[in-house]
Amino acid sequence: MKTWLIGIALLACTASASGESSPRIGSKNFTESIILAEILRLDADQHGLRLEHRHAMGGSAILWKALLEGDIDAYPEYTGTLRRELLHDLPENAGDDALADALRTLGIGIGAPLGFDDSYALGVRQELADSLGLRTLSDLQAQPGLRYGLSNEFMNRGDGWPGLKQAYGYAPSPLRAMDHVLAYRALASGAVDVIDLYTTDAEIVRDHIAVLDDDRHYFPSYQAVWLYRLDAAQRDPRFAASLRDMAAKVPLQAMRNMNAAVLLDKRAETEVAASFLGIAGMMPIEDGLWSRLWRHTLEHLRLVGISLGAAVLLGLPIGILAARARRAGQVLLGITAVLQTIPSLAMFVFLIPLLGIGARPAIAALFLYSLLPIMRNTVTGLASIPAPLLEAAAALGLPHRVRLLRIELPLAVRAIVGGVGTAAVINVGTATLGALIGAGGYGEPILTGIRLGSVPTILEGAIPAAALALLVLALFEGIERLLTPRGLRLPARK
Amino acid sequence: MAGTPLRRPRGTPLFSLEKVSKHYAGTDAGVVALNQVSLRFEPGTVTALIGTSGSGKSTLLRMLIGLDRPDGGRVLVGGKPLLPDEHLALRRRVGYVTQDGGLFPHLTARDNLALLPRHLGWNPERIDARARELAARMQLPPELLRRYPAELSGGQRQRVAVMRALMSSPDALLLDEPLGALDPVVRFDLQEQLRQVFATYANTVVLVTHDLAEAAFLASRLVLIHDGSVVQDGTPEDFMARPADDFVRRFTGAQRRLPQA
Repeated sequence: MKTWLIGIALLACTASASGESSPRIGSKNFTESIILAEILRLDADQHGLRLEHRHAMGGSAILWKALLEGDIDAYPEYTGTLRRELLHDLPENAGDDALADALRTLGIGIGAPLGFDDSYALGVRQELADSLGLRTLSDLQAQPGLRYGLSNEFMNRGDGWPGLKQAYGYAPSPLRAMDHVLAYRALASGAVDVIDLYTTDAEIVRDHIAVLDDDRHYFPSYQAVWLYRLDAAQRDPRFAASLRDMAAKVPLQAMRNMNAAVLLDKRAETEVAASFLGIAGMMPIEDGLWSRLWRHTLEHLRLVGISLGAAVLLGLPIGILAARARRAGQVLLGITAVLQTIPSLAMFVFLIPLLGIGARPAIAALFLYSLLPIMRNTVTGLASIPAPLLEAAAALGLPHRVRLLRIELPLAVRAIVGGVGTAAVINVGTATLGALIGAGGYGEPILTGIRLGSVPTILEGAIPAAALALLVLALFEGIERLLTPRGLRLPARK
Repeated sequence: MAGTPLRRPRGTPLFSLEKVSKHYAGTDAGVVALNQVSLRFEPGTVTALIGTSGSGKSTLLRMLIGLDRPDGGRVLVGGKPLLPDEHLALRRRVGYVTQDGGLFPHLTARDNLALLPRHLGWNPERIDARARELAARMQLPPELLRRYPAELSGGQRQRVAVMRALMSSPDALLLDEPLGALDPVVRFDLQEQLRQVFATYANTVVLVTHDLAEAAFLASRLVLIHDGSVVQDGTPEDFMARPADDFVRRFTGAQRRLPQA
């Protein structure tokens, strides 16, 4: 449910490149999901099973797809999300058994509830709850004078405030719509008395908020559970045991505290998960800044290098063909121009079913984005060769291949190198988005920083990314100078 | 195959045109470039195609090596119709020089000369020896061969262009306004050198120019083309003494008046 609060995501695989056969687990792009996955990973580690954790791969849709495709073997999900967003065919009143059955037909198993429910709730200041004796939502009926500060979404959803008011028969009360984060401030400062919240919000701990019990069970249940591939659990009994080990492992209060530790105290998810499991002392030491930077740089260069190399290998010949066959060339350029207009995120999502999660779809997307500038500049470079020179080359009786290599490409080399350089600089920037689908690189700290609201973490990715872009720019200017024949740099003489 | 002349029976012209027509695309029957032109070009003869601009003379020249295709009629090479897959082989045996020289700006003069010979498998020594020989003939200081076209004067560039056309001792030399872009003094010098080259060169030469005096100076046979047709075909003396019609009279007259103006 926090997907609504935090829009964007982060991080790829953990630093360790684990063995080929170890089960892979994923997490959604918010703190709670990452903590849950780290708890499973560390717990399995204690029992000698290595798991590969792909951090913050995206929203529910991406994780669900990745699970179905077998890119990951398990991830933490919420029953409410399953019923409402992922299993559309499930009847509304389907029970837990029907849910499990529906999942089984897809090859997916559902673990026992982890022990907490991340759902909508109403909260009041603890001292107000104490003084008025508020424990449940029903208790609010008798307090018509309380001032409500509700998030816009909650106020407008049919299953939000309007339904809640009816279900509990609340009398009309002073009501203000406000941003969810601001609502916490308003509550703390006493400007409002009741706010809506998610039951695992970190602020509940920080602001000493009493969460009122949904005694009429109005809100749908969003119990945290592990979803896993049945084949993976069958293949590896230790993996199945680790998943079973998670049953009722995480009480609501513990989850709140852990969210607070990460979001408010800025501690790392892994560290928080380790403390929870009581193995904090056995934790491997975190990477230092420089080794992180080095790893991100290598990952980033890999994304950019492979995609750019492939785009040159394909874009150059296609550009040459397109320059020769104008009509076909226009069509090809049109296609790549359309590809260019696809937003990166959409492109990644299209590519996930084909290539899975991680570096491969990111490289494929960057490759597609690189094609246009390389092809277009190749076509432009070749097309701008003066016709008399082309004719002179033809009149010499040299075959096409020799003309292309000895005359046409050298004359077009400036434009071509310029196109590759443009593609490279764009790639360096776009590659940061690869972190959204677990491709790593400089985008990893940027997205982590956004998620945690930590500017230094954002800069850890943003500064090297900008520096790399400048470096690439300079590099290609140098290459252009190196490859441009001297005769083309001379001013013409009368 | 380098150095082997095109096989042709004795007495057969290298190039001949049979009722060749050409219309410019997009103008249906509009502009006629060439209208049923028949011509033969004999070995050992320097022929000048003359006429006003747009008369179709350049088109005719380009057809000889397949750079342009006739809409009607046939181009015969060595007595046989020119097939598209023979274009490359033919062009290697024919030197072609255009008004702007067509030198490749990214290559030095020497590398421009070496393009075709290298492809024909010549070793560098042979290429350089031939380049020095031609430089002497065209009165070009050999050290200039190390320069790029942008570092050469217009006259030097045209000399290199002629040298490039002559590198592999071609069976024919085709020149399309080779001196058209040069100033009068340079042009005067180069006309002299071209005449000497043509004199020592026993093969077919076809020259396109709009300058009657230049044509008469360089060629033994003039062909005047007007509105796509051959108006007169003969020696320079024929043109002066027996102009075929009023247009020839006006053409020769216009040229003769120029020096007096």
